[in-house]
This record gives sequence, C-alpha cells and structure tokens, in this order.
Amino acid sequence: MRTETRREQFEPPSALGNLLRKLHIDVPLFITLFLAAIVSFVILYSAGSQNMGILMRQAARVGLAFGLMTLLAHVNPYQFKRYSAVLFALGILLLIAVLIMGQIGKGAQRWLDLGFFRFQPSEMIKITTPMMIAWYLAEHSLPPKWKQLCIAAVLIVIPTLLIAKQPDLGTALLVASSGAGVLFFAGLSWLFILAVIAILTSLTPVVWHLMHDYQRDRVLTFLNPEADPMGRGYHIIQSKIAIGSGGIYGKGWLGSTQSELDFLPESSTDFIFAVFAEEFGLFGCLGLLVLYLLIIGRCLYIASQAQDTYSRLLAGSLSFTFFVYVFVNIGMVIGILPVVGVPLPLISYGGTSIVTLLAGFGILMSIHTHKKLLPN
Amino acid sequence: MSRTYTIKDNSVENRLFLNRIIVAFVIILLLTSGLIVRLVYLQIVGHEHYSSLAKDNSIKIKPLVPTRGMIYDRHGKILAENMPSYSLELIPEQISDLDDTLRRLQKLLNISDEKIQQYQKQRKREKRFTSTPLLMNMNEEELAKFAVARPFFPGVDIQVHLARHYPYADLASHVVGYVGRINETELKSLPTAEYQGSSHIGKIGVESSYETQLHGKTGYAEIETNAQARAIRTVNAVEPTPGANLYLTLDIDLQKTAYDALDTYNGAVVAIDIKTGGVLVFASRPGFDPNPFVVGISNNAYQALQSSDDRPLYNRALRGLYPPGSTLKPFVGLAGLEYNVIDTQHRIFCPGFYQLPGVSHRYRDWKKWGHGSVNLNDAIMQSCDVYFYSLASSLGIDNIHDFLQQFGFGEKTGIDLVGEKAGLLPSRDWKRRQRNQSWYPGETLITGIGQGFTQVTPLQLARATATLANKGNIVTPFLVDKIVNTDTTTHGPEAHKGALPIKQENINSILVGMVNVIHGERGTAKPIGKGINYKIGGKTGTAQVFNIKQDAKYNENEIDFKLRDHALFIAFAPADDPKIAVAVIAENGSHGGSVAGPIAGKVIKQYLESENEN
Repeated sequence: MRTETRREQFEPPSALGNLLRKLHIDVPLFITLFLAAIVSFVILYSAGSQNMGILMRQAARVGLAFGLMTLLAHVNPYQFKRYSAVLFALGILLLIAVLIMGQIGKGAQRWLDLGFFRFQPSEMIKITTPMMIAWYLAEHSLPPKWKQLCIAAVLIVIPTLLIAKQPDLGTALLVASSGAGVLFFAGLSWLFILAVIAILTSLTPVVWHLMHDYQRDRVLTFLNPEADPMGRGYHIIQSKIAIGSGGIYGKGWLGSTQSELDFLPESSTDFIFAVFAEEFGLFGCLGLLVLYLLIIGRCLYIASQAQDTYSRLLAGSLSFTFFVYVFVNIGMVIGILPVVGVPLPLISYGGTSIVTLLAGFGILMSIHTHKKLLPN
Repeated sequence: MSRTYTIKDNSVENRLFLNRIIVAFVIILLLTSGLIVRLVYLQIVGHEHYSSLAKDNSIKIKPLVPTRGMIYDRHGKILAENMPSYSLELIPEQISDLDDTLRRLQKLLNISDEKIQQYQKQRKREKRFTSTPLLMNMNEEELAKFAVARPFFPGVDIQVHLARHYPYADLASHVVGYVGRINETELKSLPTAEYQGSSHIGKIGVESSYETQLHGKTGYAEIETNAQARAIRTVNAVEPTPGANLYLTLDIDLQKTAYDALDTYNGAVVAIDIKTGGVLVFASRPGFDPNPFVVGISNNAYQALQSSDDRPLYNRALRGLYPPGSTLKPFVGLAGLEYNVIDTQHRIFCPGFYQLPGVSHRYRDWKKWGHGSVNLNDAIMQSCDVYFYSLASSLGIDNIHDFLQQFGFGEKTGIDLVGEKAGLLPSRDWKRRQRNQSWYPGETLITGIGQGFTQVTPLQLARATATLANKGNIVTPFLVDKIVNTDTTTHGPEAHKGALPIKQENINSILVGMVNVIHGERGTAKPIGKGINYKIGGKTGTAQVFNIKQDAKYNENEIDFKLRDHALFIAFAPADDPKIAVAVIAENGSHGGSVAGPIAGKVIKQYLESENEN
C-alpha cells in the first residue's frame, strides 16, 4: 500500500490529472455522478413528453450543482468544521423565518424569495445538521456518552420538527436520518439503537395523532391503495402498473405508455423511477441500482480514508443519507413504503435537491483531496 | 470518574469507525436486495397482470357524478331543480381535421366566433381523448339540425347533462344562490376525488353554504375500453350517492309578495317566524336571474350586472348596512327602563329641538314645532327625537352599547349563509381603536335615535324585532329546515336559545308603545292598521343618506332621488301572540310610515291569513 501511494506521488502528472488534482475533484465519484446526470437527461426527455424546455432547465440546474460541488471540493475541510455551528444556527433561523412567513401568508411555505431565486432553508439544513452533529461529537471521545447523546438528539429534533411543521415529511425524514447517521458512525452502542427502535415503534400511535390529515391519508393509502382508486390510491396503483408492465427488458426508451397517456402523475418528479422501470425493465433498474451502489461505495471508501473524526463522521453520514434518499424514493414508487415527497436523487426533475446533493458530494471530495501527511 | 478516560484513543476510534462503515454497507446491500426482490416480483411475477392492466389504457376509471339535491320552500315548491340540457361535444382524438370540423359546425349551427375561441381555449387544457363541450344548452332547432347532419361529423356528439334550473329566477336569487363552473382557485381547495367529474359548485346562497350536502358522494366505474377509447364494458362500479334535498323555511309566495311590494324601490325585506327562528322572507331587490350563471354568463351580461347602479348582485338583506334610524328607539327606550333612568310616567317637554347644557348646537326633532309634553309611550308612538336625545344623554353611550349588544346589534346573526355582515354598534372603545378619537356627548344623542355611526343589516333588524316581540327570548334566524337524504332526514342548524335578563313588564311597556305606532291616535304608521282583525306592533324609521346643514330645510322634492332618506319599518304580529317579525328597508323611500310600513303590512297579512287557512 505504502509503496503504491509513493509511486502515485512520484508519477509524472498528466495534464488532465494535474488539472483535476488542482480542482480537488475525485475522479471515480465525478464519473459516476456524471453518468447519473446523463441517465437523468435520458429519462427526463421521455418522461417530460420530449419537452426540450424541461431538459434545458434541468441542464441549468445540473450545471449550477456541479459548479457548487467543484467550489466546495476546493474548500479545506477544516473550514467546514470551523463554521459548522454557525451554518447550523443560520439554517435554523432561516427555517423559523420561513415558518413565520408561512403563518403570515396563511399557507404552507418552504422557501424564501431572494428576488433572483427561491431558497429552501430545509435543503441547506440537510447538510448543516450532520455537520453540526459531527462537529459536536468530534470534540469528545467516542463512542458518545449519555450527555452528548442527549444534546445531539435535541440538535437533530429541532430542525426535524421545524421542517415537519412546514409540512414537508420527506425532508424532515432525511434530516433526521442524516443526524442519526452521524450518531451511528460515531459508534452508538447496538443496545441503544435497538432500544430506540423499540421506543419509536411504541410511539407510532402518538406520531399518528400528530400527523396532518393528508399525511395520514398517504399512510392509509399505502396500506391499501385499492380502497381509493380515484383519489389517493391512484399514484401507487398507476405506478405499479407502469413498473410491472415494463417486465424484464422494458418497453424501450420513449416506449412508456403510462406516462405518455398521463395515467402516471408526477412522472417527471417523484415518480420518475416508474417511467424508468417501464422503459428499461428489470435490467435497467438493476443497472441504476448498481450505479447508486458505486456512488455510495466510493463515498463510504472516502469516509474510511478520512483522517480526522469530524471528516469521517460527516462523510459517513452524507453517504448513508444518500442511500436513504434512494431507498425511500424507490421504496415508495414500488409500493413498499408510504408516499412521502422525496425525489429520486440525481434523476428527478426540478427542486433544489440536486444542488444540495452535489454540494454534499463536494464536501466529500474536499475531505478526500485535502489530506495532510500524518506523522505515522 | 477520572479525566484520563476521556482522552481520545485514536486506534479504538479508528477500529470502531471502520466497523461501522462495514456494517453500514452490509445494511445498504440488504435493503437494496429488498428493493430488487420487490422489482422482480412486480416485473417478472406480476408482469402479465400489470401488462394487461396497462394495455393501451384498457381500464379507465370514470367518475359517476351524483345528482345534486333539490331545494324546496316550506310548502314544497321547487326553488332549484335539475333539468336535462343538451350540449354539443367534441373528442379531438377522434377527429381527423379539427379546424375543418369546427368550420362546418359553425356554418351548420350558426355558432359565434367567441364560442369557437372559448372552445379552443378549453380544449387545450384537456386531454385529447376527453369530450369537450362546444355548445351548451342547445335548443330544439339546433338539436334537429345536428341530428340530420350527424353522420358527417365523426367524433362529435350530443351529450345530455342535468343542468341546474331556478324557476323563480330573480325572486330568490340571493338566498337560494346559484351554481357555476368550478374555477381554478376552488379547484385547489376541493377534495379532488369527490369532485372528479363534477363541473359545477355552489357559488352563493344556500347552494354554497350547503354545498357538501347538496353535492352528494361521487361514485366510480372501472370501464374497459378498446384502442379507440370506446367503452366496451363496465368491469366494476360503485354507484354515486345523490345529494340531499333541502327544505327551506322560506315561503316563496310570501317572498314574492314582499319583492313585488318593494316595487320600484331598491331594498330588502326579511321576515322571521318568531316561534322557531325560521326565515320566511329573505328578499333583496333588485334580484338577478341566476340561470345564465349555470351555463356560463357572457362577459357583457356580467359586466352589466356588476356595473349597474342598482347593484343587483348585492345581497342587501344579508350584507346591506343601513343606519337603523328611529327603528332603534324601542330598544333604547327599553334600555332606559331597564337601567331605571326613566319610568313609563316620566315626561319630557319637546320644543322641537334639544340642547346639551352649555352648548349652542340644537339637535332638531323631525317635527319642527315639537311634540309638546311626551312620556315613553307617546315618544315611541310619535317617534319623538327630543325624548330619545334626553334619554340617550342620561343613559350614556356605555349603557346603550351594552344593552343593544344583547339584541345582536353589531354581531353576525349566525344565519346559515356565507358572507353575512356584522354591522356596527359604536362604543368608546371602538372609536378609540378605529379613529383614535375620544367619544363626544353629541354622538351619544344621535346614537339614541339610530343615526350616527350605527349600522345594521335588515336581517339583524328583523332578528332584534323578533327577540323583542318574543319577550326577550333570543331568536336565531336560519334557512334550512330539513336535509333529506335517501334514507335519513336531519334538521338544519340548531337554533341558539336563551332568554335575555330583562323584566317582562318593561318589555310589555315597549311592545304597547309599538302597537300604538299603528293603532294609536297619533301613531306614525296608522294606515296599515286599517281593515285587519288583529293588531300589529311596529316602528317606523328614516335613515339619513345625506346630512343637511344646521339651519337648512330638508325638502325631498328638491334633492336628487339617490340622496333621499331610506325608509325603514320593523313590525311584529299579531300583537297578543306574536308569530312573525318583519324588517323592511326601502332605499330612498323617504317615509318609513307611508312607504316601508305598507310593505310589512302586506307580508304580515298574507302570512297570518295563510296560517289561518292551514
């Protein structure tokens, strides 16, 4: 191993390699993300009824996202650590601001209008929450003690509740899991994890009581979509028809009939996986899952190579949250999870989610490409 | 225990972390396998099943729209019904040359360019296989012409719908309301499943406030279709539940009498059944014909209604705000008795004006030379302003406000209609909040005779009269008596009951005064008491539209009609056992006694006569 790294260092640098190193880009991660973006364009062209406008807008967003990723990759991870608490506090303040504005405007509000674009504080908090928890835990020895656990739990619950109140259950779930991810990688004891799972299960009735009517509807519909084929069950039934009719090989690109005939709603956004599965079949789905696993694998590898506790915890959590994203979206589209508003990461049209995701990957690249030579 | 334990042990942390990375990856692989298993199940095992479901939109779910409930008056006369209506509809998917088809149809049926444009706009919002109407409400000639030419128009067909129809047109348009096409804002707040296939929704009146009950519950049919999207057979159906029929407390014949009696005046008449609170008459003139709203009123016609000076779309009975004028005097008089400021024997000399101590301003009586010495009974009967200036001054604004509030002034009555106005009952507090000014003694005086800031709706006035005639037992007005479903009948809103804490003898003194208004020697509404075998209690009122200067003379012949005073009248009958309470407002009618009084008289007469017949 050691000889290998040495050889890498002394290898005469190629022009491209030199550029990428200067940009602090991690090549394997960059290639897989780029592939995902291509898949996104291909399937959006079909799902969006071959509308070039949609494609152009998505291209603009992806461009912005890749730009932000490169920018963040350039920043020394020490800086992320240094500003973790400040960014987290800022995110919370913005969330409260959005809630208050929503109250004044009498309706759900998730974004702040900055004139030239709409900014969703809940997107920012997806990254700053794991940063905050990682920063806090890295100050102490691991695994975390009771006191740190309690404080960390409070730090996770605050943004989660603020977002759930918007109401945006999907994002709240992702924020909670990003914080929980840090705790997991920090070495939370298995006994504790099991205990929490047991408590959460027993709290189900309470959560049910606190949920909004439309959120309850989604859960009920998930449990029995056929009960309401006209209304709330429509999404899931149509999505299952689309996926199932795709079969092993799929109907081919642009061959989706269900989205074409408008039977499948939200086919470009949250339910895009159904269109993908209909057109590219089981093989296509497996291919997409492998691509996701490659991205996650690379991220976890980066986490394992990280040199300080903060970087490790953050990298681990960001990787894991990315998987939660994939799992929750595909799970809901294929009907094994309730419908929460989570897009298919890197593929779905619209939203600011792709910008946030690539910002996260930018941080991972920064962690991987700014290594110090340690004494040992 | 000791600080040494908290020193970081890098190798332990390292091992722990690497462990967790591996565990995380294993969990991820397991969960991914779960996804794959499900995908295999859907795409291999279930493939055939789902393929047949997907086979070119083979199963379509079609909403089955429930029939809207009917609306009847208290005697079962139809106020809103559903009539078959024929419309010409096109399915763009089945027409090879749409522009040509439209051109030929336009020639055949003489369709206006505006309608063609409207159709084009609507078509673009719909899917290609949905049937979109071009011509609504076809007459027999159009039907016959198209029937003959039909073979030349594939993809064009005549559809029968049930369309809402209001047989009494403008007579009860404000209270019954109307349905209209669902607009985009309504679409967002409606339950989508319930309104799939429904095109209309109640916009105002009972149609709107009882929308849920009238609409019914949408059913659906799963229909198997062929490649041309023609239905082959119904696989499964859940029938819709029709909307409930509503029986109102309204008496449409009585409403017609009231509406006709208003004649050329704009205004409102509200009559309430004192025993129940059921609203018998809820007329606002001018009305408008709600039927064009159902099919989609043309822009010009709507503009004409909107910009008319007579404001036909405005529900005066529910939302019209008027100064109560002298109709407020019985209530102020009752306040005087209750607060022991006066008794029935208390006398005041009326010289034709009233002056506050130390102020030169003269508050004038309507009778220039005054009423002479009057007690409470005389003051109500002759509507003496000076008596009530003096009484108001002794009571003070706080007492007046608190007392009148009990009769529902300044508050919504809670009737089962949307858009009710609360009116205004002024107080020190209100003036400070709204105008940031303190209350002036002169304002108390004019409040005492129902002028100044006070504003009431005709409905509030009728309700307060009913409560007074009901000996202080609160009457809450409502419109819907029965909600009749196929198998159940429920009643309308539960009326709020309760008695005001007022001495019966005091109420009786006031009611006697009000009877004298009609039957007394010098009553201000004597004409309506002629030729009836029961007694009516009432009070005339005149509400200023326009302020005249201190020494100027109000001469109705000299001023513009629109600036003439409003004529008001409140009444209850029969006096010995009150059954009906009426409030009348005739805008610019000038005289409560001679203009508004007879309208109330006609309503009361007809109601009591029909009651006796039953």
